[in-house]
Amino acid sequence: MKRWLVLGLLAAAATVSAQPRELVMWRHDTGDAEMVASAEAVARFNARQQRWRVRVETLPQGSYPQAVVASALAGRLPCVLTLDQPTVPNFAWAGHIRALEGPLRPAGVDALIPGGRSGYAGKLYAVGQFDVALALFARRSVLQRHGIRLATVDAPYAAEEFRTILRGLKAAGWRHPLDMHADRADEWPSYKYSPWLQSAGADLIDRRTYRSADGVINGPAAVAVGRYFASLFAERLVSRKPIDDHLFTSGRAVFQYSGSFDMAEYRRLVGPDLVILPPPDFGRGPRIGAGSWQWAISATCSEPEGARAFLEHLITVDEIAAFSRRTALMPTLEAAADRTELYRPGGEGRAFFEFARAWAVLRPETPAYPVISSAFAKAMRDIRDGADVQEALDRAADTIRADLERHHGCGH
Amino acid sequence: MVVATDAHAAPRPAPASITGGAFGRAAWREVAVLATPALLLFGAFIVLPFVLAVAASLSNAKLLQGGDPAWVGLAHYERLFGVHLVSVDAVADKTPMRQWRELRRASAPRHDDFQYLASVDAGARRWIVAARDTQFLRAVANTFWFVLLVVPLQTMLALLMALAVNRAYPGRTLLRTVFFAPVVTSMVVVSVVWGLLLHTDEGLINRALVALFGAGAPQPDWLGDARLAMPSIAMMSAWQGAGFQMLVFLAGLQSIPKELYEAAQVEGATRWQQFVHVTLPGLRRTFVFVLLATTIAAFGLFTQVDVLTKGGPLDATTTIMHRAVQVGVRDQDVAYGSAMALVFFVLVLVLSLAQKRLLARMDR
Repeated sequence: MKRWLVLGLLAAAATVSAQPRELVMWRHDTGDAEMVASAEAVARFNARQQRWRVRVETLPQGSYPQAVVASALAGRLPCVLTLDQPTVPNFAWAGHIRALEGPLRPAGVDALIPGGRSGYAGKLYAVGQFDVALALFARRSVLQRHGIRLATVDAPYAAEEFRTILRGLKAAGWRHPLDMHADRADEWPSYKYSPWLQSAGADLIDRRTYRSADGVINGPAAVAVGRYFASLFAERLVSRKPIDDHLFTSGRAVFQYSGSFDMAEYRRLVGPDLVILPPPDFGRGPRIGAGSWQWAISATCSEPEGARAFLEHLITVDEIAAFSRRTALMPTLEAAADRTELYRPGGEGRAFFEFARAWAVLRPETPAYPVISSAFAKAMRDIRDGADVQEALDRAADTIRADLERHHGCGH
Repeated sequence: MVVATDAHAAPRPAPASITGGAFGRAAWREVAVLATPALLLFGAFIVLPFVLAVAASLSNAKLLQGGDPAWVGLAHYERLFGVHLVSVDAVADKTPMRQWRELRRASAPRHDDFQYLASVDAGARRWIVAARDTQFLRAVANTFWFVLLVVPLQTMLALLMALAVNRAYPGRTLLRTVFFAPVVTSMVVVSVVWGLLLHTDEGLINRALVALFGAGAPQPDWLGDARLAMPSIAMMSAWQGAGFQMLVFLAGLQSIPKELYEAAQVEGATRWQQFVHVTLPGLRRTFVFVLLATTIAAFGLFTQVDVLTKGGPLDATTTIMHRAVQVGVRDQDVAYGSAMALVFFVLVLVLSLAQKRLLARMDR
């Protein structure tokens, strides 16, 4: 009798779980290729198993960060969501997303390159299918014409050498030999120029404690980088405010300091003449930023097991390779890179993967990062506009210290 | 000279009917029914956020906060207005900024957190002002500077435009539309377009200068030069906003009785005399409204700065609103941003009241 009852209950439970349970997922709206790639990944997950069904909701990219912060404050985050890597520690500190540890740790995560993982206080919080890498772009023919050597992973341009090259090009009549999209704001300055600090042995904050930036962001090494940066604009080697985004592709600049995210466009417009070179070396080897949009599980998710299964699905070799093939974005897994036309050994984009593996540095994984990034971006903007370099970086250190003091170290 | 106009002769309800017995207890229920929706909305969207902002400004809350926020009292306000004034020997070969840096290091921790703001040389002495939040104080100064630049410019432009389209002639409607078009264009779009017009190397304005004065023409960096950036923004803001004030002036112009002009003509007044002695006095009240509205709007300068300069170059165009949004939303320091917003609120309130008083006195 009792046994029948138990069996009956189990049968009932089985019928209930046969109905797939819904997982809502938020994605910021990016280009068509990326949206299609994500939709296909979701469709494959829904087809592969019957316990959960992922439903995608897309939000406009421009207001996505605000929408996510507002929903987090209202306790209404969806189960799974995309987050930009540098913001992950902030959400983790505030308790809005779950640590992907213990039973929630997705299998296969340890094989990802550093730019595919995001943590805070020693725990994993988000995983990514793709990353981006910084590089110098140029035209082979133009470099040859001016007798400029091609930089390689083993012999990148030293910073001083690179400036000498730019001065030579300037003298040869190029109005602005290098374009860096120098008027872009928000996260761009930190993403593009903090690797220069790290390449010189400085950083945005002391990563041993995450409690002080004094002497790091404004130390002698950082000031030297700041002076270098200032000279690029003072000598008009770089346009302070490019009139458009096409100085390089239209042939008005020799070099473009940008990243893998622009490769597809440049390949289309420049063709086989395009070369991808490592960024300049400020003394300790080049460094590039790491960490792009990643996936996290919200604290309010009622189906964490399903969310984990979904993330696990996303970071399989097949899925990462499929995403990269669709979007031309760089895979976060070597096995997946090997399976793509672009990033396999010998592929046109393989250089990016090599750069990322050799030189990638995550932006500091601390909840104070928004303030650090904004303080550094402000300093670099002022330096570009002619401010005293030491003073500008000192002020960034002041801003960071004041914020950490007011918030008691932001959890560190 | 006082000009009587019909507009003010309209019958007004006697004050007694509002406060007196006729508006007795029986009406309160209706008052409640009619006023409740508006009061609820006002409470939910104005009063409540305001109270929350006051509370936030006294705490160390972040938008994404780990743990509970703590009360910090008036610390944020102390930071906003913290200023140190010191005098040092004027050294010719040292910049004041450098001197301050050395002084601050030598006298630690007395001046920690205080950054160089400004200095004045008085003979052999040099007075240095240092502040806890130099960016905010610069923002306050910039905001006033912008108001001083834009309010007279925009008001005059609006008046000229109103005078130009006040008479009947062919094409008047087209001209009115052209003058008003920038007002209904998104400020972001206007800013982007002006950003291209004002570009140093390839902007239309500098190209025009070359076309007019030859290759040696000055090529100012309109938005990149610390002295020019704010006047440039004021110029485009006046251009964008003046159409609205033009409409107000038009209404004012048309309420001036025709008889006054006829009388003036009979007396042999010239066009200029008519303008000075009939039109301007007749527009007095319109001026009061236009100046008040323009001033309040000018204090809220944000969009143009955010699109064109992000507060630069070297803080030359940062404003209180821009700082509040940057700090409170983008840097997620909602507590400190709230404190700035409240300072802004008090500032605009006090100045508007003062301006209203002053103009009312002139009006008498």
